[in-house]
Amino acid sequence: MSVVAMTVNGKPASADVEPRTLLVQFIREQLGLTGTHVGCDTSQCGACVVHVDGRAVKSCTMLAAQAEGAEVLTIEGLAANGDLHPVQKAFREHHGLQCGFCTPGMIMTAVDLIRRKPELDEETVRDELEGNICRCTGYHNIVKAILAASQEMR
Amino acid sequence: MSGAVTAEGIGQPVRRKEDFRFITGNGHYTDDIARARQTWAYFLRSPHAHARIKSIDTSVAEAAPGVVAIFTGRHVADDGLGGLICGWTVTSKDGTPMKVGPHPILALDTVRYVGDHVAMVVAETLADARAAAELIDVDYEALPAAVALSTCQDEKTAQVHAEAPRNTCFEWELGNKAETEAAFAKADRVVKLDLTNNRLIPNAMEPRAAIGEYDKGSGIYTLHTTSQNPHVARLVLSAFVGVAPEHKLRVVAPDVGGGFGSKIFIYAEETACVWAAAKVGRPIKWTGDRSEAFLSDAHGRDHLSHAELALDKDGKFLGLRVKTVANLGAYLSTFSASVPTYLYGTLLSGQYDLPAIYVEVDGVYTHTAPVDAYRGAGRPEATYLVERIVETAARETGIDPAELRRRNYIRTFPHQTPVIMNYDAGDYEASLEAAMEAIDYKGFAARKSEAASRGKLRGIGMSSYIEACGLAPSAAVGSLGAGVGLWESAEVRVNPTGNIEVLTGSHSHGQGHETTFAQLVASRLGVPLDNVEIVHGDTDRVQFGMGTYGSRSGAVGMSAIVRALDKIEAKAKKIAAHLMEAAVEDIVFENGTFTVQGTDKSLAWAELSLAAYTAHGFPSADIEPGLKEGAFYDPTNFTFPAGCHICEVEIDPDTGITRIVKFVAVDDFGTVINPMIVEGQVHGGIAQGIGQALLEHGVYDPESGQLVTGSYMDYCMPRADDLPNFTLGFTKTVCPSNPLGMKGCGEAGAIASPPAIINAVTDALGIRDIEMPATPARVWEALQSAAPRAAAE
Repeated sequence: MSVVAMTVNGKPASADVEPRTLLVQFIREQLGLTGTHVGCDTSQCGACVVHVDGRAVKSCTMLAAQAEGAEVLTIEGLAANGDLHPVQKAFREHHGLQCGFCTPGMIMTAVDLIRRKPELDEETVRDELEGNICRCTGYHNIVKAILAASQEMR
Repeated sequence: MSGAVTAEGIGQPVRRKEDFRFITGNGHYTDDIARARQTWAYFLRSPHAHARIKSIDTSVAEAAPGVVAIFTGRHVADDGLGGLICGWTVTSKDGTPMKVGPHPILALDTVRYVGDHVAMVVAETLADARAAAELIDVDYEALPAAVALSTCQDEKTAQVHAEAPRNTCFEWELGNKAETEAAFAKADRVVKLDLTNNRLIPNAMEPRAAIGEYDKGSGIYTLHTTSQNPHVARLVLSAFVGVAPEHKLRVVAPDVGGGFGSKIFIYAEETACVWAAAKVGRPIKWTGDRSEAFLSDAHGRDHLSHAELALDKDGKFLGLRVKTVANLGAYLSTFSASVPTYLYGTLLSGQYDLPAIYVEVDGVYTHTAPVDAYRGAGRPEATYLVERIVETAARETGIDPAELRRRNYIRTFPHQTPVIMNYDAGDYEASLEAAMEAIDYKGFAARKSEAASRGKLRGIGMSSYIEACGLAPSAAVGSLGAGVGLWESAEVRVNPTGNIEVLTGSHSHGQGHETTFAQLVASRLGVPLDNVEIVHGDTDRVQFGMGTYGSRSGAVGMSAIVRALDKIEAKAKKIAAHLMEAAVEDIVFENGTFTVQGTDKSLAWAELSLAAYTAHGFPSADIEPGLKEGAFYDPTNFTFPAGCHICEVEIDPDTGITRIVKFVAVDDFGTVINPMIVEGQVHGGIAQGIGQALLEHGVYDPESGQLVTGSYMDYCMPRADDLPNFTLGFTKTVCPSNPLGMKGCGEAGAIASPPAIINAVTDALGIRDIEMPATPARVWEALQSAAPRAAAE
């Protein structure tokens, strides 16, 4: 066991965990932040995407220990000041979610995508969502929501 | 119906009430729940498709760190627990009932598919349980397996169950054989087609999970689980498996991350968790990982069919005969027998006036995961067969595919088909015309030659589908072998402050019931949407209900709410009459206000609600205090959503890659409560249909029975860049069999789209057929082996 410490959603977080503990396990099981989901075991689905030092990361692909000292942002921290993030608003406005399970990962991926590429088009959005699987929406409204949010944030 | 349903709220694209919790990470899925002192379960699964278990030695594993208990099939059997059941009995054409092999919770002496449940390890942590499972010593005698559908009925093939010789569970028939033979005898042309409907793996994004608990003081068991129908789960677990009496078992399905059918069924894992919780005296949690989902969630489709269509010289359909072999997997899952029979054969008339139909279906066992309902369930298989053979007939007769369909559409209603169904309403040509307009069907030839000038192959394909939804009339399904009724329940509770709780037997796992159901109630009672709470998914809170599948929640679930609202309004009027000293017949209820006709007396909804509970001065013989009413609604017929989907593809002959350039769907769902949600349902359905047609395939190694496509690395899930934007349109004929006129929308996309896509791909390639999924490799191979029709012409 070893103590891992990081900042999660602006607050210090630490726990004594087994070295093999994944970041997603640390977030869900140690911190009780269950908005970050696990949808596969091959780092394909993207339900577990969080931001580590400002970059989107699949938190099932990273050990908690690798995030030592990092700034981690999860879906719970995105609207921390009480106002929904424009991407969150756009997912609701454009019906970009149904069962909601892939949604946190989709939103965290989209926020990072808009940061990296403020000038988005449909093809780019579809290409960039390669690492996030949704079974409900056919992506139609997710793409629409992300494009709308990127417009909003320009 | 007393008090007409107002249009207010209905038909509006109201943004979803449930979204806030999901977009902020505050959903509560089963795996998000942690119980004090909870243990973790891990299931040791069979590595063999078929083997005899000679012995299981758990002694080393039991001594491993953190292990609380290990259970095998022997423990389950010794405790007198029953096996899992199939709730639908199919009878073979010789009159014998289907041949059912045992379906134990944990294997006793034989394992029958890779992933079959051998032992459950309960430990302090998941890691401990998983590590200990590896220490269990199982001595298997590996046996030959029946894997391939095409050979599983051969005499020499391994047997899955001794009860079912030649692995044949049932040999079912429907329709009129003699009339069909006569139709073929007088036909001018017979079109024949062999079709494969590929095996699919559902892949709801939330893996299945369960937490079993037992309270020693009360003797009450609680199961939190990923279910589409918690009451049915409770009924099966109590009445058939015998975990606990029904009133001592609470089943809760909290937020559920997609189902698509796969979470209808009662599986071994949740059963074992709730049963064993009493044995270990602590809560037991199991969360499946994706690999387990691939192995052990019930799969879908998997048919081999031969179809023949008889036509006269004008292209009028005379008869259809079909022989299908349907894979049931190693065990009969909860509703598996109904899927390739009553949900399939009954839809083989399609949208067409087909005077004679005869279908034979052999349901067969193989050493593969159980196969059961997956989005559409039987109806996609029927639609694929009908729309592929109609398209083939069009090509062979030289009649335009749209024209051939027009010549054969049913145009008068009600229409009795030769295969049970009585279609109640529809306008098939309206959706065909709208879809052709939307895709610019006339302009296709120009687009095709433009594509050819770039070296690309363009194709167009259509599908005129029909489905039977709103799975209901209890009398009808009962006569066809269902062990349950398929009505739905609702209870409307008006609180003293005037806000409302609606308890529904339907279950939402993405469909947005919390919004659409609330729209119905709010508009009917004239209260704000936020004052209506939809409660579902907990057998302790909600009266018995049948759950959500078969696009039934609107047509059946909401109809039950309408019935309960009728009763609420009737009683509220009685109270209003008493309070305002008027006759009940003079009370008018509009926009949330009760008035006495012809006077200025009025009473607001909130005032009446409070008065219902203060009950001061009620004539006790006439008016009980309170305002709460329930209803059980059983419709008189299935509903028949129908429409036309048209797909245009462009194929790169160098790579075999198929790109969908345009996809148009025009659907008739009857009354639509929330078009935004309905469109979302269609999008998702089409995506799954495109997945089936171009990408997805559950493949077992034909010799070893190992699942070759066991992860997202091997099973091709549709991703954003595989799919186009969808163009949707709607036509409307009102469903006459329910008070709202709704038909259901959840499955249409998955039912309609695969034949449209394959019709487009084969059109582009100039070939007769291509097996789904039409992957780049298969398309490229088809291009190499077949002389393209265009080149030959």
